Amino acid sequence: MDMRRGLIRFGKGFGLLLIALLAVFPFLVPDPYFLHMAILFLLWVVLGASWNLLGGYGGQVSFGHAAFFGVGAYTSSLLFTKAGILPWLGMILGGIGGVIIAIPIGFICFRLRGPFFALSMLALSESLRLVALNWRSLTEGAVGILLPPLFKSKIPYYYIILAVAAITLIVIYKVVDSKLGFYLVAIREDQDAAESLGIDTTTYKVLALLISAFFTGMAGSFYANYMAYIDPSIVFSIVDISIAMILVAVRGGVGTLLGPGVGALVIVVLSEVFRTLFAAANLIIYGILIILVILFMPEGVVGGLKRYLAPRLPKEALHPEAVRAQASGEGPN
Amino acid sequence: MEWSILFQTLIAGIMVGGLYGLIGMGMAINFGVLRIINLAQGELLMVGMYVCYWLFTLYKLDPLLSPLITVPFLFLLGVTIHRFLLTPLMRARAPAENQILLTVGVGLVLTNLALLMFTANYRSVSTSYSTELISLGNLSVSLPLTLAFAFALAISGSLYLFLTKTELGKAIRATAQDPEAALLMGVNVDRVSVITFGIGAALEGAAGSLLIIVYYLFPALGGIFTLKAFIVVVLGGLGSTIGALLGGLTLGIAESLGAVYVSTGYKDAIGFIIFVLVLIFRPAGLVGRARM
Repeated sequence: MDMRRGLIRFGKGFGLLLIALLAVFPFLVPDPYFLHMAILFLLWVVLGASWNLLGGYGGQVSFGHAAFFGVGAYTSSLLFTKAGILPWLGMILGGIGGVIIAIPIGFICFRLRGPFFALSMLALSESLRLVALNWRSLTEGAVGILLPPLFKSKIPYYYIILAVAAITLIVIYKVVDSKLGFYLVAIREDQDAAESLGIDTTTYKVLALLISAFFTGMAGSFYANYMAYIDPSIVFSIVDISIAMILVAVRGGVGTLLGPGVGALVIVVLSEVFRTLFAAANLIIYGILIILVILFMPEGVVGGLKRYLAPRLPKEALHPEAVRAQASGEGPN
Repeated sequence: MEWSILFQTLIAGIMVGGLYGLIGMGMAINFGVLRIINLAQGELLMVGMYVCYWLFTLYKLDPLLSPLITVPFLFLLGVTIHRFLLTPLMRARAPAENQILLTVGVGLVLTNLALLMFTANYRSVSTSYSTELISLGNLSVSLPLTLAFAFALAISGSLYLFLTKTELGKAIRATAQDPEAALLMGVNVDRVSVITFGIGAALEGAAGSLLIIVYYLFPALGGIFTLKAFIVVVLGGLGSTIGALLGGLTLGIAESLGAVYVSTGYKDAIGFIIFVLVLIFRPAGLVGRARM
């Protein structure tokens, strides 16, 4: 027990140190390349944490969060190029755009169980990609939208995404710690039991989806402004956005607070290393890595560490779904 | 004249739909028995098409005969994937999203291997009957499409007979209904699972042999058809093979009507619109007997 308390204290100290480091990072490492990596890292923290709230805590796995990312990116970009609305406001409106898309899909899918939601999200993001591709008068189709960059230096972008990441993490931390968070975990563990206790499962699942969609949309808006260019195949990409978001959450550890940070670090560093090392084969290696991670590290880095640090906790405690499957005998075999 | 366009569109839609149905069946049988959604299904189809393409290009083997090779080849590939990747995962009783993600990884590897080995070039086979048409009064239908449709129906029919009449087929259906009960009745559930996944892959091999005579081939084709297969499976009611055929026909007809009367660019989006409508009004699928 003492060791755990020490660890928590160590964790808090480490966290403070990390925050201080992040705050002065651009001055410690002014190199644009590393700054770019840091910006991507923070962007993926936002994305991973958003997915994690719904998929990790709520157990509602989405295979198409690119829908919200893309809608966020297009909302702020179009508002900027067509109406002159600055990305500051555009970023919030981008998040709201994600929410507007999320409302109907949430109410349609969350009435159903099973893989409907996961796969409807996939279908939604593909439909939106096709709309963005074909509605040329609005979106320029496959040509994409070129945005005039707001800043020449990367430093302002760094602080913007740092602020967004901080807000996202604080909000999600508060949510997880609130009634909603406990309801979500209850729904993930056993929806029937949650319902019989009077939890309106559909409403809470939708609520989590809306929060998740809002931050994903904001991240999409930021991405558009930072990259200064978007097209449908980039922002609505299944592999590069939707699947990568799941990987960030799963690699880090599903349903953990630190997970997305670790997952984002892993994904940004690895994809960079692969791109330089393996060139053409980098997606093959990426695919193999997905397979290996899932086979050998199903709980992710943080989940694995947790088990290592808390040996008295039985393995099943980290895998509640497995226990439930075993208990009710509805396992895959 | 107007009517002949409509009929022409409908016939083309039905025929393409038969192929979609066959492609969806592989995914449906996997879902029905193993309760996993294989997002590498389209990529397996792509592999089948490449095998078929090279058999034709190198050995002049007619695509319609190539199922003799593509079916066993894909069966073995499916069994390998199941044995070495999915079985360990299922043993560990990992959550469903891990299984789906794993198939995404498999799909990524297959697509990018194909890209590396065969480049992103579009390829197609030109057989002696590639450009022939069958004329029926005002209507004309492409011969290869008709052949592909007929073969697709024949294969679907054989699958149905296999599932309903043979010992192994009955074991597969029993496992789909209740794995525990099947186990108690003496069904080797593990073996049935492997074989089912193999059959799901083999169906894509057969579908690939048919698809290549009416469509072109490129590495990224897998992703497109995974989504189509998935829509077909949801339309048909998750896990139902006959439903998948109906779902395929629905999707085929809707797409070709959409392409003619709306715009070709939105052809694929129409599939998703139907998908959402089905989710709202008939979540158990068009046939409506699916078990969750």
